[in-house]
Amino acid sequence: MTNPQSAISVQSVSKSFGRGDSAIKVLQDVAVEIGTREFFTLLGPSGCGKTTLLRLIAGFEELDSGSILIDGERVDHLPPFRRPVNTVFQNYALFPHLSVAQNVAFALEMQSLSRAEVIRRAGEALEMVRMAAFANRKPSELSGGQQQRVALARALAPRPKVLLLDEPLSALDLKLRKQMQIELKQLQAEAGITFVFVTHDQEEALTLSDRIAVMQGGRILQLDTPRAIYERPSHRFVADFIGDINLLEGKVDGGAIQLDCGASVAGNFGHAPGDRVTVAIRPERARLAKSGEGSFAAEVMHSAYLGTATLLQLRLADGREFLLRETRIGEGAAPPEKGSRVSVHLPDSALQVFAA
Amino acid sequence: MNLRRLPFTREISLGVLVYLYVPVMVLIFYSFNANRTATVWSEASLDWYRKILVNPSIRDATWNSLVLATAAGLGSTLLALAAALGTKNRFRGLAVVEAILNAPLILPEVVVAVATLMLFVAIGIDMGLTAMIPAHIAFCIPFAYLPIRARLEGMNPSLEEAAQDLYANRFVTFRRVTLPLMWPGIMAGFTLAFVTSLDDFLTSFFLSGPGSTTLPVYIFSAIRAGITPEINAISTIMLIVSVALVVTSFLLGKIRR
Ligand SMILES: Nc1ncnc2c1ncn2[C@@H]1O[C@H](COP(=O)(O)OP(=O)(O)OP(=O)(O)O)[C@@H](O)[C@H]1O
Ligand SMILES: [Mg+2]
Repeated sequence: MTNPQSAISVQSVSKSFGRGDSAIKVLQDVAVEIGTREFFTLLGPSGCGKTTLLRLIAGFEELDSGSILIDGERVDHLPPFRRPVNTVFQNYALFPHLSVAQNVAFALEMQSLSRAEVIRRAGEALEMVRMAAFANRKPSELSGGQQQRVALARALAPRPKVLLLDEPLSALDLKLRKQMQIELKQLQAEAGITFVFVTHDQEEALTLSDRIAVMQGGRILQLDTPRAIYERPSHRFVADFIGDINLLEGKVDGGAIQLDCGASVAGNFGHAPGDRVTVAIRPERARLAKSGEGSFAAEVMHSAYLGTATLLQLRLADGREFLLRETRIGEGAAPPEKGSRVSVHLPDSALQVFAA
Repeated sequence: MNLRRLPFTREISLGVLVYLYVPVMVLIFYSFNANRTATVWSEASLDWYRKILVNPSIRDATWNSLVLATAAGLGSTLLALAAALGTKNRFRGLAVVEAILNAPLILPEVVVAVATLMLFVAIGIDMGLTAMIPAHIAFCIPFAYLPIRARLEGMNPSLEEAAQDLYANRFVTFRRVTLPLMWPGIMAGFTLAFVTSLDDFLTSFFLSGPGSTTLPVYIFSAIRAGITPEINAISTIMLIVSVALVVTSFLLGKIRR
């Protein structure tokens, strides 16, 4: 089943820590094919095994079972220094006793290049992250964002086939993080390197990635493009984890779903009559409607003007909250006031239904 | 709670300072005294320093002390470094291993010294530097171990991983990353071990043989013949050497960082 195009191929990998009864299964039968030059993201809540998977690829942990291939060659028995991947560590792990230039030159020196070549390529790498002016500083004399760039340059300098990045932006403030996201994406395109990127920030994952693997409890739940993951989540967990979403409980009743809030949705979406299901809908896909066919009543709890849209916090008949993001409240048309009653329409095409 | 607000903090601190340093100050002061009787001041002079510089037994004792302290410092630092690296990853028996390593800090030195003497006599080792060096190395280990260990604990483990990630094998990782980062700890450990050995009297006294008298042993025997300003002068020099060493190693450690 080995895909010849894969930069990285992770095949039914399992990993647990500890022995015997106290062993914790951290990864269970994980399989991923990551393409060449792909920006691939591992996304999931804290403790779901993202770092562990990255460390297995880098070689800092040993597999229990399965195999890992890089460019078609098995690497899972190789020590980290023999694997053609480099890591950008979450805490950067810059060598505090070496200057910025020496940090970046470290891997190049290991590759027994000539002195001139080492200096040239370290310079190039620093240029690429616009840190050439800081070459002689010590890491402790840099800001967080600057350290992050040096860590990136250090990992890119030896031109690895794959770059592993473990939440590289999590220590930065929002503004700098946005800026570094754009730079990362550009850099990846320019250098033509496969990125395996770890984050628990879903927005970051959606903007940057070619494909995302959503993980939970040591398994990959869904592996797809950002658009598919956002629009067609395969699990209730994925739907809930990525972006805002309304989850409405209900029961399949003949050819329709009867929601607990009183409304009903036409169609059974492939579930058998009597099944408990969860109907999911994004706040921006629900609509304010004229009362009547296929809509249900709700009370406005809070209305927040966001500039590009108005976010309404509604209360349904069963007391549940419902978020509705309305972009069509245009000039003149005032948003519904707090306490007023509105009716909400759920377009069939916007619904996802999961077994509850 | 603000410590400075406690009553009498200043007074008590001052008292402790006087208590700790007055004897040493008096000793240094009288080393510049011309009078033969160490405790009666007559006039300032450097005579005693001149005298000890030309005294051959003092010169020999100084040499012995320096050789011994260097050997003990190097030997114990190497062993302590090995012990610290060997116990880097936490494991079940670590507390026991550390207790064994640090035993010299609690065991009564006189007991260990007598025991060592008896052992060496039993297996036929001649008293003198050959006997003193291994004994000093043994009791200096904890002094070298503690700063090295502290430094190692404070080290970010992902630095070694980063080095391996950047194609450095285990040996190169040790040489280029682990060792330089531990250097301040190693320097501090060596200095502490060196100073501890330099200052040791008991073990040296039991194990010294003809021609291997160290400075503390010499001072002890000289003092039995009466306190002379000469002893003040020797002690002052020892004090200066020790302090200079500690300060130098502290500064070196700072620069390295
Ligand atoms: N060396 C280890 N020994 C024992 N358990 C470990 C070890 N490393 C990780 N774990 C456990 O494995 C699980 C997954 O850890 P991992 O670091 O991969 O999570 P993560 O997805 O990276 O989380 P985060 O977003 O918080 O970084 C956690 O439950 C963690 O406690
Ligand atoms: Mg992690």
